[in-house]
Amino acid sequence: MFRHVVRRLIAMPLLLLGVASVAFLLSHLTRGDPLASIVPERQMSNPAVVEAAKRRWGLDRSLPEQYVVYLRNLLAGDLGTSFRTKRAVATDIGERLPATLELVLAAMLVGTFSGILLGVVAAHFRNRSLDHGARLFALIGSSIPVFWSGLILLFVFSVVLGWLPGPGRLDARTAAPPFVTGMYTIDSLLAGDLRTFVDALYHLVLPAFVLGWAVMGIISRLVRASMLDVLSQEYILTARAKGAGERRVLLNHALRNALIPTLTIVGFSFAYLITGAVLTETVFTWPGIGSYAVDSARSLDYPAIIGVTIVGAAAFLIANLVTDLAYAFANPRIRLG
Amino acid sequence: MQLAPPATAAPGWLTLPVMVGGIVVAFWVVVALSVELWSPHAPLEMVARRLQPPSADHLLGTDALGRDVLSRTLHGARHSIPIAVVVVIAAVTLGALLGAGAGFFGGLVDDAIMRLVDVTLAFPPVLLAMAVAASLGPGLENAAIAMIIVWWPVYARLMRAQVLEVKEREHVEAAIAGGAGRFRLLGVHILPLCWTPVLINATMDFGQVVLLAASLSFIGLGALPPTPEWGSMISDGAVHFYQWWIAFGPGLAILTVVLGFNFLGDGLRDYLDPRTA
Repeated sequence: MFRHVVRRLIAMPLLLLGVASVAFLLSHLTRGDPLASIVPERQMSNPAVVEAAKRRWGLDRSLPEQYVVYLRNLLAGDLGTSFRTKRAVATDIGERLPATLELVLAAMLVGTFSGILLGVVAAHFRNRSLDHGARLFALIGSSIPVFWSGLILLFVFSVVLGWLPGPGRLDARTAAPPFVTGMYTIDSLLAGDLRTFVDALYHLVLPAFVLGWAVMGIISRLVRASMLDVLSQEYILTARAKGAGERRVLLNHALRNALIPTLTIVGFSFAYLITGAVLTETVFTWPGIGSYAVDSARSLDYPAIIGVTIVGAAAFLIANLVTDLAYAFANPRIRLG
Repeated sequence: MQLAPPATAAPGWLTLPVMVGGIVVAFWVVVALSVELWSPHAPLEMVARRLQPPSADHLLGTDALGRDVLSRTLHGARHSIPIAVVVVIAAVTLGALLGAGAGFFGGLVDDAIMRLVDVTLAFPPVLLAMAVAASLGPGLENAAIAMIIVWWPVYARLMRAQVLEVKEREHVEAAIAGGAGRFRLLGVHILPLCWTPVLINATMDFGQVVLLAASLSFIGLGALPPTPEWGSMISDGAVHFYQWWIAFGPGLAILTVVLGFNFLGDGLRDYLDPRTA
């Protein structure tokens, strides 16, 4: 296992270098002119701006030198300047990160808990209607476009029924809690402001469900399969023979072991969550990185798009690494590598 | 340890989910092929007052330009289905070729190809597709190219693993002893045994490609207006949020297509690869 961990840790910077190279390639792909990915079209006729951009990104030098300059800028946290907001892309992303983090974590909670619940129910009622129902519900979640389920659920729960608030993170009348983490639910609790907390939570329910539903299927499917696997083993029979109640057998004996493979999939579902967050945020006008990416793409704001892509890939890689390591530690039976 | 159950009659491939999935997919394929002939209205024709709710004349209402939403939804199949076919076939071909090459030749070829796979898979799919599509410029063709770039590594990995496994089997050794050349070995003795997981994955991925194509169009990087593409129709629906029917039809279309392919893929997996069922 030690070798595996070391190998993964060594691979990490190499992969990040690969990601940066792809980003470099992308910026050169843009309309066949890397300048187009740095300078807004309107500014192209302004020699001063063009000159400054060329110098900052080394575009007047050879390709290998440009690559080095690009990497150096990246390492310094310089992702360029957004055409749209006229601010550093890194600053924009930093400001919007907490909103996305809050949404993704909430969705992960929803997805993981309901996924495990659905999986256990499905395994317990194997091949009965509750099993089929649970599987269908999960499958719909992974087949439904989140930008559509978001719209429909928003319409139903906020307009027709009036149970939940409309899009956004807070009511227009509610002020954001003092900044600590940038996640409104946590910050409002830290400030002891219960009313803001409830408001933030209400706003979080629908997008977190929409996003969580998308990964519920992946998780419940795996939990069901590994529960069935575990339930057929002898120690379960032993537990039953010793008179353990069904709930005890399911939760204490079976689920514990069935959860080990689930760990990987929770990390893996992170990819789906990032993917889904991009679209969910757009529907719920959630001011996170996802809606930033979409707004940037819509206005062909290249520095912003490429910047978000790099940050997204880095987050994705780190999540995968953490999952992988957690898995290696949680399951001593497996000696990876 | 539990013993394997005795071999009973094969489960048969025609299970209920496969049937439902097959019918749904067949429905959309038929629609894509024939909708021109029987569609109530042309997709770009302004046929009624704008933003009319569903009625007997217009089952799914009309959109902001007075076009019939049902007709547009049906015509959407003419964009979504072909693009999924093209993307999946291209990604499978490219990925399988590179993956097979990596697994068969090993060494430096393997390293080069697999590192490329690793890096591509390091990106969250939608973000990479968005970045590539945006760099190439909006449009359905560029979106397709972006999706192929996102998807081929999955198949490369699958194919490589298969080839590595099959390569070690005895019949391959026998073929080598019999003097089979490298390409004959790969083409005749190895590849034909590698397709099952690739095929299962491809079936499931059809739905995912439809979903991603619609997502890119929803964002504004795929099909451009006034093309009746499902994703861009939902994007119209998001603008006219209170006229829920504009987005309803195209969303349902995407859901049914994706669900259909998922059912089919599931059934195919249970049938072809009972180990993982």
